[in-house]
Amino acid sequence: MSRRRISLRQELPLLVWLVIVWGALWQDFTPGNLLFGALLAVAVARLFYLPPVELSGRFSVLRAIPFAVQFLGRVVAASFQVFYLAVAQGPRVTNAVVAVPLRSHSDLMVTATGHVISLIPGSLVVEVDRSTSTLYIHGLNVRNADDVRKLRKEVRDTEAGLIRVMGTKEELEALNLEAAT
Amino acid sequence: MELVLTVTAVVLSLAAAGAIVRIARGPSLLDRVLAADVLLAILGAALCIDMAVNRHLNNLMLLVAVSVIGFIGSVTVARFVADRREQLNES
Amino acid sequence: MNPDASAVDTAVDVVSAVFMIVGAVMSLAAAIGLLRFPDLMSRMHAATKPQVLGLFLLLAAVGLQLRTWWVWPVLLVAWIFQLLTVPVSAHMVGRAGYRTKHLHRELLSTDELEAVVLKAAEAAREQDSDGGR
Repeated sequence: MSRRRISLRQELPLLVWLVIVWGALWQDFTPGNLLFGALLAVAVARLFYLPPVELSGRFSVLRAIPFAVQFLGRVVAASFQVFYLAVAQGPRVTNAVVAVPLRSHSDLMVTATGHVISLIPGSLVVEVDRSTSTLYIHGLNVRNADDVRKLRKEVRDTEAGLIRVMGTKEELEALNLEAAT
Repeated sequence: MELVLTVTAVVLSLAAAGAIVRIARGPSLLDRVLAADVLLAILGAALCIDMAVNRHLNNLMLLVAVSVIGFIGSVTVARFVADRREQLNES
Repeated sequence: MNPDASAVDTAVDVVSAVFMIVGAVMSLAAAIGLLRFPDLMSRMHAATKPQVLGLFLLLAAVGLQLRTWWVWPVLLVAWIFQLLTVPVSAHMVGRAGYRTKHLHRELLSTDELEAVVLKAAEAAREQDSDGGR
């Protein structure tokens, strides 16, 4: 547990988030209130020091917007799919637990991928193996090996999208190399 | 707006009835926790519809509080169930 | 009032009405899933996930009805809050359910975690007996 300082640049997204929450709680976005919120955010981040979230310091807005739109689209599609399954198949549904090894070994990346996968209906993270960064995913309506392959590809694609949005440079290079071959 | 209010009220009542049936029948504790969570979410949906129809924001913090209670409740019970099981295995 | 503004008003009303009804139907989907699915894990899929979309639609309807810009960040914070908490509680319940054998094995087509869990349990038992000696 090293207590090295992280640069302000790395901390900035978290501070901005704290200020937005402050403004939302007061339901008041006047500059004075936001300034006071910013002061409080810095004070809180200094006083209640937590192990730093290791952001890569890279965030591509250009990639983030299509990713968010795609995410919303998949949530909508999958919600209706689960609804259909509940009505049409009900008790006869078949599931599977699938192991998906991820490319990235950073905690943030594994957490983010797990969150996104859990939010999309039809898949759920049951267990995480941190040492090999493997996610064990419970999938709804997975009947055969073909469906397993599809689920695994979906998870890996989600991770690839997240790496493009906020992965480190090394991860991005590895991803490009993989896509090229 | 009146029509929307009626339709959503009926739909949400049906949903709440379904969740309550699952709470009563649920074969295990976790099933009941899950159904209680859904019941809270339905309550949150009703709060949202009230805000949208009557155009106010008074319920917003209540909505956040309800989701926090659901979250803390299900996590606590899930941990408790897992722990108890492990102790049983050891003894 | 000029007719243009009232037309926009009606359109906003219709869109928010559709959002509210679909959002409420998502809650119904959760309840139907709870009643119809056979085991805890598949019930969980139905229970937690449609709520994400449902709450999104309902909050969007609130934002449309209030017609002021500053409610959008507030609603966004409320929604992101839900995005952060829902997977965590679903994962905790799911993990407890898997560990306590609440799922029906005959309903699984593949289970790639079972072998790993068995191996871990074996290793833990060996360590225990080593420590006991």
